Amino acid sequence: MKDWLPFEWIVGLRFLREGRMQTLFIVGGISVGVAVIVFMSALLAGMQANFIRRVLNTQAHIVLVPKPEATRALRRDGSEIEAAIIQQPTQRIRAIDQWQKIMETVGNMRDVVEISPMASGSALAVRGEVSRAINLAGIDTGKYYRIVKLPDNLVLGHARLGGTDIVIGKELASDLGLTVGDKLRIGTAAGGDAIQTVIGIFDVGNRGANQRNTYVTLRTAQSLLGMTGGVTSIDVTVKDIYAAEDIARRIGMLTGVEADSWIQNNAQFFAAVQAQTTANISIRFFVGLSVAFGIASVLVVSVVQRSKEIGILRATGTTRGQILRVFLLQGAILGLIGSGVGSAAGAFAISLWHSYARNADGTPMFLLVIEPALFIASAVLATITGLLAAVAPAVRASRLDPVVAIRG
Amino acid sequence: MAESVVRLEGIRKAYNVGTPVEFEVLHGIDLALERGEFCAVMGPSGSGKSTLLNIVGLLDRATSGRLFIQGQETSGLDDARLTHLRGHSIGFVFQYHYLISAFTALENIILPLLAEHEFVNAEIRRRAATLLDSVGLTPWSEHLANNLSGGQQQRVAIARAMVMDPALVLADEPTGNLDSKSADEVFDLMRKVNRERGTAFLFVTHNLHLAQRCDRVIQVIDGRIQDG
Repeated sequence: MKDWLPFEWIVGLRFLREGRMQTLFIVGGISVGVAVIVFMSALLAGMQANFIRRVLNTQAHIVLVPKPEATRALRRDGSEIEAAIIQQPTQRIRAIDQWQKIMETVGNMRDVVEISPMASGSALAVRGEVSRAINLAGIDTGKYYRIVKLPDNLVLGHARLGGTDIVIGKELASDLGLTVGDKLRIGTAAGGDAIQTVIGIFDVGNRGANQRNTYVTLRTAQSLLGMTGGVTSIDVTVKDIYAAEDIARRIGMLTGVEADSWIQNNAQFFAAVQAQTTANISIRFFVGLSVAFGIASVLVVSVVQRSKEIGILRATGTTRGQILRVFLLQGAILGLIGSGVGSAAGAFAISLWHSYARNADGTPMFLLVIEPALFIASAVLATITGLLAAVAPAVRASRLDPVVAIRG
Repeated sequence: MAESVVRLEGIRKAYNVGTPVEFEVLHGIDLALERGEFCAVMGPSGSGKSTLLNIVGLLDRATSGRLFIQGQETSGLDDARLTHLRGHSIGFVFQYHYLISAFTALENIILPLLAEHEFVNAEIRRRAATLLDSVGLTPWSEHLANNLSGGQQQRVAIARAMVMDPALVLADEPTGNLDSKSADEVFDLMRKVNRERGTAFLFVTHNLHLAQRCDRVIQVIDGRIQDG
């Protein structure tokens, strides 16, 4: 008996210690449950982080573009439509009106982290007799690289763009037989024509992007695309990637331009992420439920087994509240110990899995995301689950009639 | 005149009240026990002795009648007040010892004090150790309750009953499960406590030899008291 432990703790711990086999089995059960939760959560968090990293590797969280052009129907007397067939207009490359002002407005928003202008359009990359259709993106490297970490994906050369430089993808380099230092002719529909020097070759892990995306300075692109001083889009990153849709809506209302979030642009992918999250929550819920039933059943048995002792405690001055707390505490202690062991086991299992599970290219299948918050949350949740699971047995124990309990 | 330790006035106890199978176990019991009195309760099985003890011990409520513990009328008290009164004024010794098996002999004596004060301290330990010594079990203080013999367990139970220094001890056949030597030892111990501390004892027994050594013997027959 420790002097610093209160009555309920002393009795609760002794009861658990005395029924050590029961305690051991239920702690084992809770540990397995918590380990499954930790393992599943870390695995899914790692996989999602990996997927999202791959998706957002080559794109901004929000892209601002001019509103699409629309044909207005001719109306007679302002109401009746005159033409029966309305042909949709072609969407020519247009600059964003007042883009500097928009940059300033959006850049001042609290949720926005980085913002970068871009002038982009289709072009033709020609080398000798071979040509490829490309997307020519003119960027402000200082700003853009804070949004898309292109330099991190370079396999050759560097990404410090000058006026006559270009950075291209691995597949395009292969198709055109290019390497760093080679010249590449770029032509556009606007009549722009320039010879650019390849200074870097990137691999973003996406064949389409590697084949199509090329980067030059903003000024070069503006010149080639025939839009001096204009930009076609503004890239934005935000603090909370899952709030991008909401922020995009606000930007759209604030600036009048079209703001597309990565969630909208990758709707199917995001739906898959959401489905994974829902599945994970369901698994956690049902595992938690089975843990709760396990704790409750053990404590119910304990109350029955100890009914005489409860009766004696009541007869010798222990209050109903103290008896209630003794059993609630046992539930919480079981939950806490189980969560500790389970978290350690889960962390070990996920580390083991991480070291073995590899992609075809040898890279880890998922990022190892073991956050202390996950363990704290597991411990708190398991303790609360234990506490809640103990409510019914504890109430039953506290309501035991001492006479009936002692008589057995 | 000094207040009785316990006084019962017209105590009745019925079960299944208001149903066709209602039956009354105690039919208007009147009884008073003075400080230092050692009273044996005898009677055949099913006569209502244990029910009487449960009501006097505030473990059960009478259907009607009044019960006074050290002058305090108890029928209007809620569960918390009854528990408090029981913890401070009444000690229990049961036939089957009923120590808490997860605790040692010394800890079993400490438990009522621990429930009262929430934390253990040196004074509580000293008091429990003194009581354990008074029942001659100091060498067994660290033994778990289950590792003690029946007689030893009953002596620990007596020490536990005395730890709150109650005015009344209710002993429900405490010697019924012991051999005659142990029964005599336990009875002598209770008598010693009774004389030294002035604690009143209500002692249910079937043992006529022990009953004859009490100050007073009452017979409970068919739920009524007949002073012996």
